[in-house]
Amino acid sequence: MSTPLVALTDIKKKFGAVTALRGVTVDVMPGETFALLGDNAAGKSTLMKVLTGVHQPDHGTIEWEGEKVTFPTPAISRTRGIEMIYQDFALADNLDVRTNVFLGREPKKNLLGIPGLRIVDTKHMERETRRVLDSLDIEINPRLKVRRLSGGQRQSVAIGRALAFDAKLIIMDEPTASLSVAKVDKLIEVTQRLKELGIAVIIITHRLDEAFAVADRLAVMRQGEVVGRFEVNEVSEHQVANLISHGTMGDAVLGHHPGERRSIGSTLSADQPGSPQKPMGANEE
Amino acid sequence: MSATSVKDLIEKPELDEDSALTKAKHFVGDYGLGILFIGVLVFLSIASPHFLNSENIWNVLRQASIVGVIALGMTFVMITAGIDLSVGSIVGVTGILVAKAAPDGTSAVIVPIIVGIGVGALIGFINSAMIVWGKILPFLATLAMLALARSAALVISGGTVVSGLSEPFQKIGSGYVGPVPAPVVIFFGAAVLTDFVLSRTKFGYHVYAVGGNEESAQKVGISVGKTLFGVYVLTGVLAAVSGIVLTARLNGGVPLSGTGYELQAIAAVVIGGTSLFGGIGSIRGTVLGVLLIGFVLNGMDLLNVSSYYQQGVQGLILVLAVLLNRWRSD
Ligand SMILES: Nc1ncnc2c1ncn2[C@@H]1O[C@H](COP(=O)(O)OP(=O)(O)O)[C@@H](O)[C@H]1O
Ligand SMILES: [Mg+2]
Repeated sequence: MSTPLVALTDIKKKFGAVTALRGVTVDVMPGETFALLGDNAAGKSTLMKVLTGVHQPDHGTIEWEGEKVTFPTPAISRTRGIEMIYQDFALADNLDVRTNVFLGREPKKNLLGIPGLRIVDTKHMERETRRVLDSLDIEINPRLKVRRLSGGQRQSVAIGRALAFDAKLIIMDEPTASLSVAKVDKLIEVTQRLKELGIAVIIITHRLDEAFAVADRLAVMRQGEVVGRFEVNEVSEHQVANLISHGTMGDAVLGHHPGERRSIGSTLSADQPGSPQKPMGANEE
Repeated sequence: MSATSVKDLIEKPELDEDSALTKAKHFVGDYGLGILFIGVLVFLSIASPHFLNSENIWNVLRQASIVGVIALGMTFVMITAGIDLSVGSIVGVTGILVAKAAPDGTSAVIVPIIVGIGVGALIGFINSAMIVWGKILPFLATLAMLALARSAALVISGGTVVSGLSEPFQKIGSGYVGPVPAPVVIFFGAAVLTDFVLSRTKFGYHVYAVGGNEESAQKVGISVGKTLFGVYVLTGVLAAVSGIVLTARLNGGVPLSGTGYELQAIAAVVIGGTSLFGGIGSIRGTVLGVLLIGFVLNGMDLLNVSSYYQQGVQGLILVLAVLLNRWRSD
């Protein structure tokens, strides 16, 4: 096997008394589409924030293209080709598409060749925006204000932003949470396009249909641990569903009734010193 | 809808085909104020024989310059969805300190300018420290500074006018560059500079991004804190420039000078199309707002309208502008 694009090994992360990650190991191959599944508060977002440099791991290593790395800030992971697409797409409605694609990384040029007088290079922004949207087979006028775009178009702009900076890995956190069914189909199409472009994708989701539609491999997280790693054709949606909610793949599970929805709070334990274990409040996200 | 393909659903810009009514609204929204401005100029040149007199025009521009310079900074602040209520008090306190640094009989001019700008920058810095580090709402932080800086002006001056300034310093307020009064040169110079910064530089782009969506700005790696520091310091400096010009013109530091300028500046900025909610606005719009108010007030003087009406008319323009802004195309 070739070297993974990224390998996370034994990653641990605590937030005060809350243990979000208890030694997680996953790797993603170049160009692969990888689904990260799990209930709310399983630790999916935290794992990705460790990878992008939003959080520093308490323990464990990150290898990028076979080389051990640390990402002190998201800006640094971005320079290596890791792009995060946020749930809300992180766009500014008041600005146009090309400006959003380059938001925070505006290309500059000298005004009238005067050294030191640096202005934003809007021509470059427009050209590159057209190029990346073209490569996704998406037609949006780069000068349109983002306010005027639909949900799916906004997502395209967010993905275009990742492509404009030669991403090797695009992470999508709950990409379909804010999309209608029709738009989920489009996302699947775009994800396939990214695969053709040779870009690896990690798609975080708690929706199985989505994971099975796009992913080559998937991993299931539960209570801060990886409880299963599969090729998509090795398992059924049903088995994975059980794994997500009960931690095992069988039907009769640990005293839980099949299909019972666990309370979100119970998927995490608080190991507060001196106090008895108590469930965490739900919905910290 | 199920018959349309997914692609059609997603890729059509939602508002591509605007109706004729929408187009008309956008036209009025985009150009209404400019048309009103030209209308006012045409009306006044017909209604009053003195209006187009070049001396009158320069006078209007000179008077508008003082609040105008402040409004330029206020534009940046308001685009970030903030507000700076301390600018009028900055005019007052810089006036006093500048007057003390430019005593009569000397040729002091550089030192008082540096003092004035330094004071403005310092107050702007304190404002942003309260807002960024102290996480105090801009309205409250700068309201506190409005009171503090005014007190400082009164305490330092002992409540009296600091008068008698050096000859060369007075020129900043009363001199000319060719036929153009110095304050007008300063206002338009500052306008060109701030327009460039806001519309062409990375800092300007970040100002719009922070005002449009602070959280998104943060996520894409824009330093919201640094941007806000830049904005409030710039506004403090421009308020100080206004204080310097006013002091030079009055030939003295007046502790209560600049009182109420914050509201006049905010009005001009809003009339010029800047949104109180942030993310939208321009220096060009603000300059138009400043000039519109200036010419309307002047016209009322020339037409012998009682000065009791002046504030009311400003209020009407403000409301009209806000309504027009709703119809803007983007
Ligand atoms: N910045 C943070 N501070 C404190 N606790 C956090 C923080 N981020 C995540 N957590 C906690 O870590 C756990 C895992 O959260 P998260 O990674 O967001 O889960 P998921 O994305 O799988 O829903 C949750 O209990 C959450 O409350
Ligand atoms: Mg999450």
